Amino acid sequence: MKVTVGKGSCGIAAGAGEIFSLLEQESASPIVTGCIGMCYLEPIVNVIGDDGKMQIFVNVDETAAREILKLSRGETNEADKYAIKKEDLDALDSQHRIALVNCGIIDPENIDEYIARQGYEAAKKCITQLSPDQVIDVIKVSGLSGRGGAGFPTWFKWKAAKDARPGPDGKKYVICNADEGDPGAFMDRAVIEGDPHALIEGMMIAARAIGSDEGVVYVRAEYPLAITRLEHALTQAREKGMLGKNIFGSNFSFDMRIKAGAGAFVCGEETALIASLEGERGMPRLKPPFPAQKGFWQKPSNINNVETYANVPWILREGGEAFSALGTENSKGTKVFALTGKIAKGGLIEIPMGKTIKDVVYGVGGGIKGGKAFKAVQMGGPSGGCIPAALEDTMIDYKTLGATGAIMGSGGMVVMDETTCMVDMARFFLDFTCKESCGKCTHCRIGNRRMLEVLERICAGDGKEGDVELLSDLAVQVKEASLCGLGQTSPNPVLTTIRYFREEYDDHILRKKCTAKSCKPLLTFTINDKCIGCTLCKKKCPSDCITGKVKEKHEIVQADCVKCGKCKEVCKFDAVSVD
Amino acid sequence: MGCSCTDKKVWQFSDPTIDPSLMEGTFEKYAGSPGTLIPILQKAQDLYGYLPFDLLAYIAHRTGIQPAKVMGVVTFYTQFRTKPIGKNLILLCQGTACHVNGSADIEEAIRDHLQVEEGEITENGLFTYNNVACLGCCSLAPVIMIGQKFYGNLTKESVVDVLKKLEQEEGAQ
Ligand SMILES: Cc1cc2nc3c(=O)[nH]c(=O)nc-3n(C[C@H](O)[C@H](O)[C@H](O)COP(=O)(O)O)c2cc1C
Ligand code: FES
Repeated sequence: MKVTVGKGSCGIAAGAGEIFSLLEQESASPIVTGCIGMCYLEPIVNVIGDDGKMQIFVNVDETAAREILKLSRGETNEADKYAIKKEDLDALDSQHRIALVNCGIIDPENIDEYIARQGYEAAKKCITQLSPDQVIDVIKVSGLSGRGGAGFPTWFKWKAAKDARPGPDGKKYVICNADEGDPGAFMDRAVIEGDPHALIEGMMIAARAIGSDEGVVYVRAEYPLAITRLEHALTQAREKGMLGKNIFGSNFSFDMRIKAGAGAFVCGEETALIASLEGERGMPRLKPPFPAQKGFWQKPSNINNVETYANVPWILREGGEAFSALGTENSKGTKVFALTGKIAKGGLIEIPMGKTIKDVVYGVGGGIKGGKAFKAVQMGGPSGGCIPAALEDTMIDYKTLGATGAIMGSGGMVVMDETTCMVDMARFFLDFTCKESCGKCTHCRIGNRRMLEVLERICAGDGKEGDVELLSDLAVQVKEASLCGLGQTSPNPVLTTIRYFREEYDDHILRKKCTAKSCKPLLTFTINDKCIGCTLCKKKCPSDCITGKVKEKHEIVQADCVKCGKCKEVCKFDAVSVD
Repeated sequence: MGCSCTDKKVWQFSDPTIDPSLMEGTFEKYAGSPGTLIPILQKAQDLYGYLPFDLLAYIAHRTGIQPAKVMGVVTFYTQFRTKPIGKNLILLCQGTACHVNGSADIEEAIRDHLQVEEGEITENGLFTYNNVACLGCCSLAPVIMIGQKFYGNLTKESVVDVLKKLEQEEGAQ
């Protein structure tokens, strides 16, 4: 009998640490695993019988943990109450896991568990049996494309780096982009925390293919647990001889190290990332030359995303055809999505390309939280766009998504309901890009700022006729005159919200209304007949604009109202209406 | 001729708690390897909590990197701060998922409770809060992180409870 506790960052936030300690104290010898992706059910405890049968227990609190303890000791218990529901289990089974195949299953701190699941077999095959060209061929057949955002064919980058002449010291580098800056995406964190050896093995294989002996993983500073787990995994891999000199008795040598980022979204852009690795300000530069020709320290370098590398061992084990059998004509394999926002069952899912947005939101995602209406999904983060509910049948692949004005991006899907204001969302993303622009290109530095000012004005109720046209005009200029992907894509959230939610812009600008009731300056607070005159709102009003006697209906003096919403918040009788 | 602002014989720091000898090991470890300014600054911030200007000048002097370049790097990355912070640093996520789930309200509650603006130290010296873009715990939005610990699914009330509990613990010590 084996007891495992999901201890990814999200599980720990939900209280998995306490549950783990409790099981430990009761000498159940629990084992750590990473995140299985069902964040809404954390903390999750698995009990695996000697026959290999696994029982999953969810939302485990102290009482539940004690029942599970009884179960593990073979005593009578009521653990069944906490078992995962069938529908959730079905949602888990409906996924197809390649990048996440071990996440939440194995102990990320124990290399033997990874090896027991065919770990490092693919690397061994590549190093001892296949030539670099053969490795690249398998990746080519698989159709794997970059999971970091742009979706560029992986084999092509590997080939370019392989064919590039190394530096005079014979150096080439393999770099992993684990900067994961897109707010709302956390698949890279989950892979590193839950299955760090998959990343190491993927990078080893890339190194073998391009002829490199040194790897660097650039991890963002906000992921301390990921850094610790990866550090630990690297040590174990060195002890086992997976990293180091003459791996598997061959003449291939490879080792890698971690570089912690220092907080800058633009450092996710590959040339900025390289500048940052070299200790500089993370400013992107013009391409070409591409990193495959002149990268880290001007040497040929291959940069891929964490998820891209994590797919590689599976592909080399199962064959390129097995991967390309999944997905659509132009997008092969599976993709991990981070489902967040107003969704009932948020978490990480891995599904074959080609499912529809509806499949994801209503299937695995369980619909909208609190039974509200689905309004839009934001895909691709600050570079992406908002896809309206009307397009819920849109297929998720690179081409179809691109046609909507959004992008696949790194796989963040932030779901929005009727209470989310789309103008405010556009403002939110531009606020983000303005803060994160490195300042090199004038259009990105100043154009985005001007757009933000217009959007702030609209949200504050001071929008002018012609603002939407001004925004569209600026958007095109910023896109065309920026050097890197940040500026080239930063207007996308504005353009897509204008395209699909023009009505909402007009409501804000012409009718001074926010239908989602989210932009406070545009709201009117009034007291309705439910008021019993308890005086609470009057006491709490910061601008003393509520009048009325005890036990009589109160009134808000609109001219003095600062629209803070305090009255509505404190009212126990639902007597404050908002319009 | 080099820049005169690092041309000092004796280094004195405006913050007397700064003991530059703690950095010796780090300077030694990275001596002669290029591109290591960021890890050196990270280490310094770990040790002293923040990076005051005179310390930056000292780092420039010891590494031979131009002070202007050191300053350029420090101001580029959000992780680096040139002002001291409270004992507990609260990272408040303002990422997309957290924004959609009401992180603005959480910020208001924190600000009301602590009576400080972003980046400032509370009167009792216990807290500073900073807005950040995403903590990678989006499924538990809205989220804050204090030290290495995450707190998720917060409400205006529960975030204040978290702060009060920490205040109590600190008071008990
Ligand atoms: C502003 C900006 C931010 C980016 N952030 C990331 C990131 O956080 N993670 C990532 O893997 N790629 C990011 N990218 C994409 C990288 O530049 C690069 O295309 C990617 O790392 C290549 O790996 P892949 O081919 O495996 O996707 C970003 C690009 C831009 C323009
Ligand atoms: S958006 Fe807040 S943790 Fe990701």
